[in-house]
Amino acid sequence: MSVPDVLAREIMALPGVAGVAVEKGEVVAHAQRDALIPLMMTLRDDPRFACEQLMDLCGVDFPARPERFEVVYNLLSVSRNHRVRVIVATDEAALVPSVSAIWPAATWWEREAWDLFGILFSGQPDHRRILTDYGFDGHPLRKDFPLTGYVEVRYDEERKAVVYEPVHLTQEFRSFDFISPWEGITTLPGDEKAHAARAGARKGAEG
Amino acid sequence: MSEARAPKIVEIDSHAINFGPQHPAAHGVLRLVLEMDGEVIERADPHIGLLHRGTEKLIEYKTYMQAVPYFDRLDYVSPMCEEQAFALAVEKLLAIEAPERGKWIRTLFAEITRILNHLLNLTTYALDVGAVTPPFWGFEEREKLLEFHEAASGARFHANYFRPGGVAKDLPAGLEERIAAWAEAYPKFIDDFEELLTSNRIWKQRTIDIGAVSAEDALAWGFSGPCLRASGVAWDLRRSQPYDMYDRVEFDVPVGHNGDCYDRYLVRVAEMRESVKIIRQCLAQMKPGPVKVRDHKFTPPPRAEMKRSMEALIHHFKLYTEGYHVPAGATYTVVESPKGEFGVYLVADGTNKPYRCKIRATGFAHLQAIDMMARQHMLADAVAIIGSLDVVFGEIDR
Repeated sequence: MSVPDVLAREIMALPGVAGVAVEKGEVVAHAQRDALIPLMMTLRDDPRFACEQLMDLCGVDFPARPERFEVVYNLLSVSRNHRVRVIVATDEAALVPSVSAIWPAATWWEREAWDLFGILFSGQPDHRRILTDYGFDGHPLRKDFPLTGYVEVRYDEERKAVVYEPVHLTQEFRSFDFISPWEGITTLPGDEKAHAARAGARKGAEG
Repeated sequence: MSEARAPKIVEIDSHAINFGPQHPAAHGVLRLVLEMDGEVIERADPHIGLLHRGTEKLIEYKTYMQAVPYFDRLDYVSPMCEEQAFALAVEKLLAIEAPERGKWIRTLFAEITRILNHLLNLTTYALDVGAVTPPFWGFEEREKLLEFHEAASGARFHANYFRPGGVAKDLPAGLEERIAAWAEAYPKFIDDFEELLTSNRIWKQRTIDIGAVSAEDALAWGFSGPCLRASGVAWDLRRSQPYDMYDRVEFDVPVGHNGDCYDRYLVRVAEMRESVKIIRQCLAQMKPGPVKVRDHKFTPPPRAEMKRSMEALIHHFKLYTEGYHVPAGATYTVVESPKGEFGVYLVADGTNKPYRCKIRATGFAHLQAIDMMARQHMLADAVAIIGSLDVVFGEIDR
């Protein structure tokens, strides 16, 4: 058994772990939100895992899911030379327990996850926005937030101040569908009748 | 003065001052709100995001190949190392591997980039602390290295050279010899540079015991790279989790002892010497061969082939319009960038665009710890601490 497999089996036995997989050599554990803190404490302090470092924390948005956000923790053990990824699911209202008391480095990343996704953390002493503008409204990395945003700034010569205005696009936003370019046009203009006949014939053959 | 006189108590309000965002020693657009007690820092609160360009959001709307140039614009003083992280992440998801020469070129240029980065950091750090000569000398050396960047990629900074599947194109004829000649001469420059600073009394007074971080603190605050090694943790991803050709070269990992600003300086100087060693080994072991995967689903076919082959033309067209589709999956791929661990958490959903591309900026963790490092230091020490952390806001603000 390889090292990630052994690690995955040991993490699977911990309480609060919903599932563990090894994806492309990386250990990925799905955790229950309520049991996150004891699990993280174990991962840091148990000599089998010894994850001294939280290298990254980020959100991912899946709007179709009942709990739309994933919070992804990438842990690193410097002494044992392995990485563990812990994932918990959450939504706009549920609170994720903050790990900033375990790794102080989490503070800014949790602020970032709040800023960009609107993920709420309980026990986070500093819950300000971090990357966006002072007084910004919305969470830009959500999938339903448009790429162009809602407001733009410019310097107003008359008012001698920077003003915020709704975004005005001089050219329509071009979002090309490259997923199926050759299947885009199934019926050529003027060819509708023949197409309908073909479709009818095919239906008849199947039936 | 009679001893019986009661001591006079003067109450001074701590007051906040703004350091930056236009301060030259703020290394870009850092707005540091300092709560002062006289000239002693009581609390440091960095406000970041003034250079936030929404890179992660933009990448979600671009194909994988169009996403590469964004990485040059993150940490713009070490562009190729950032590209390397993204290229490795995409290669991992696609389950392809760059050919040997491609990997050697990436290793070679990652080390050139490391020297470029350290030169900029160390010289401007010295400038912030008051030494004017190092930048004059260092920037001349940087110019030589940027010429290598330009010869290989066509651009001095925004290279767009490391691509998923290898590098954009092979090195031009004669470049390897030029780099080899430079690598012979460069250690002399490091000696001269060290003569300016390493035993300089003012430099030592300004940096020793300033912003000292213990190994435990460095680990807890997510430090990596030279900042972590200066605190005495011998951790280098090139050694412990090697990628590209780092398992085929020999080098030492310099480690500090006190974790103060002076040690961070020493570690970076020692790393430049190691980088020269790696560059020499790369040049000695490189052999002619392909530099990118032959599968033209992922890399463009040669121009000449496109003039003759319909297949090649179609591949070219599809690659530059639709791009390639990456199978669903996720990876957290890291490289040892000059500043530390630079990671990309890439989530693919089977389409031609990344579903999510989180960029783990190295300086983000380092800058966060500035409050812990600068407390009870003098205002002027904050400048030395910022310089020693090697922060670049293109990367931190993304």
